[in-house]
Amino acid sequence: MATPLVDMRNISISFGGVRAVDDVSVDLYPGEVVGLLGHNGAGKSTLIKILSGAYEADHGEIFIDGEKAAIRNSRDARDYRIETIYQNLALADNLDACANLFLGREIVNAAGLLDEPAMEAAAREVIGRLNPNFRKYHAPVAALSGGQRQSVAIARAVHFNARILIMDEPTAALGVQETRMVAELIQQLKREGIGIFLISHDLHDVFDLSDRLSVMKNGKLVGTVRTQDVTKDDVLGMIILGKMPGQAAA
Amino acid sequence: MTHLRNLMARLEIDERLLGMIFCLAAIWIGFDILSDGRFVTPRNLYNLSLQTTSVAIMAIGMVLVIIIRQIDLSVGSMLGVTAMVVGVVQAFWLPNVLGAGHPMIVVIAVVCGIVLGAALGGLNGLLIGYLGVPSFVVTLGGLLIWRGCAWWVTQGQTVAPLDETFTLLGGGVYGTIGETASWVVGIIAVLAIAIAAHRRRRRRIAYGFPVRPLWAELLTAGSQCALALGFVAVMNAYEMPAVAAQRLAEMEGWEVPAEGLQIFMGIPIPVIILIALALAVSLLLNRTRFGRYVYAMGGNPEAAERAGINTKRMTVLVFTLMGALVGISAIVASARLQSAGNSIGSLDELRVIAAAVIGGCSLAGGAGTIAGAILGAVVIQSLQSGMSLLGYDASLQNIVTGLVLVLAVYVDRLYQQRRPY
Repeated sequence: MATPLVDMRNISISFGGVRAVDDVSVDLYPGEVVGLLGHNGAGKSTLIKILSGAYEADHGEIFIDGEKAAIRNSRDARDYRIETIYQNLALADNLDACANLFLGREIVNAAGLLDEPAMEAAAREVIGRLNPNFRKYHAPVAALSGGQRQSVAIARAVHFNARILIMDEPTAALGVQETRMVAELIQQLKREGIGIFLISHDLHDVFDLSDRLSVMKNGKLVGTVRTQDVTKDDVLGMIILGKMPGQAAA
Repeated sequence: MTHLRNLMARLEIDERLLGMIFCLAAIWIGFDILSDGRFVTPRNLYNLSLQTTSVAIMAIGMVLVIIIRQIDLSVGSMLGVTAMVVGVVQAFWLPNVLGAGHPMIVVIAVVCGIVLGAALGGLNGLLIGYLGVPSFVVTLGGLLIWRGCAWWVTQGQTVAPLDETFTLLGGGVYGTIGETASWVVGIIAVLAIAIAAHRRRRRRIAYGFPVRPLWAELLTAGSQCALALGFVAVMNAYEMPAVAAQRLAEMEGWEVPAEGLQIFMGIPIPVIILIALALAVSLLLNRTRFGRYVYAMGGNPEAAERAGINTKRMTVLVFTLMGALVGISAIVASARLQSAGNSIGSLDELRVIAAAVIGGCSLAGGAGTIAGAILGAVVIQSLQSGMSLLGYDASLQNIVTGLVLVLAVYVDRLYQQRRPY
């Protein structure tokens, strides 16, 4: 079997005596989507913040491409080409798509002035690849639909060569049409060999998008299943009861 | 209406700015009719440009402050204390050290003004950015503190006369760049507009991006050129008063012809300073990372932080720039009055904020342009000078200015709500 892109082994972290994450192991392969499910407070966000460099684990190891990785802060994470897309997308609403895509990493010319055409060309290339219908390059992103905004946020990660993408509740606030658009974006990213962690507390948001599902409850991993092997009811059982399908309630 | 909108979109014209230009034109024409043709004259427009400069220079900085969701209520008082210090330095200290009329006096005085202004602004920025005190409170305190300090500098005594070269920076009869230089400035402006438009278009074509139709390009560049040349023509149409021309001829030792001297004023030096500052800060705001971060902080401070922008440092820089512009404004204002009194700049904070807001700055942050704010300053000054030309007193001027401010923001709200995107 191929080397996993991300392999988090036996991760634990405590906050003031509370074990937020307790001996959890998850992995992610290139071109794969792993849904990370659980109620609020199950520890899924904490676990993923260890990967994105916001927290440092007390125990456990992270391997990226089979090599042990030290991720101490978000800059380290960026060096490992791990990018996070937050639920609120962190876009500046008054700026256009190009400006948002390059925010904090603008291309400047020799005189230190912004090279707008160069940035627009790069933005058109990457956004166009992800979402061929995208046209509003010069409108402030406040004027874009939820799906289009999601395209800009994802394009930002992709343009800066993300290989591992963490998406927090990507479709929570979107309508049917928009959700379909994000699903297409995710398919496109998979084809490019990017591994994606989808975090959600709502099974329905991620079931159809994920190849595998890892379910957490009370800081512990309930289990990881292949989406094609289970039904939604099986997974609901994992989330609510904390038991694997076919297993008696713990 | 949709036709017009489509046309505007194709021209890529800023509708707001165009709307303001129409409003200003209406105000000017209205006053001209009411005053039997005394408003739109070279003399009045020349004076109008001089009177606008001080507030307009500060409005440039206020645009950035408001974009990052802050406010500066202390600019009028900062102008007061800075003008007093600059006055004392050039009128009391330096003549004793260097001798009266020494050419370095003006240089040192100007540097003093800019550095002191920047320092006071930077202090505001530190308190707001790093200590987290709301800007409204910090600068409300500053409004009182610096006005008090302005009095303390000389115990309330007005500083006069100021250095003669220094007073040229405020305009006045001899404080212009003259007729020929004004035309040169106009021609440089036309060339710059043409070259910039051409380069922009060529680069977009090189990248294969959509470009505006050629006629649209020519129309916008053409009207910008016409505006620049028109301004120069008006300033050059104002003839220096005969007495002043006579004195100038005596000082310079010119031969006075039999039919009398005819000297045209040209662009006042403070207006040149304003134009240079407006261009420089526009470049900073629209073409550099710094400017991009200013807008990003206004649009979504959290996103700016996540993108790795040091928003605290940015806050200090923006307030420092505001302060430096206040310093320059203090120089121009005291030079124009040829004296520095402790009430100089009183209530300027309100005019400056009003100019920025009328010019399209949103107090919610994230939006605003330099050109708009300067137009806003011209609108306010036009209302005030127009009404005083018609003989209305200051109380009515204040009432009308206040009403216009509220009306402008209300109209802008309507416009924003109906905006289709």
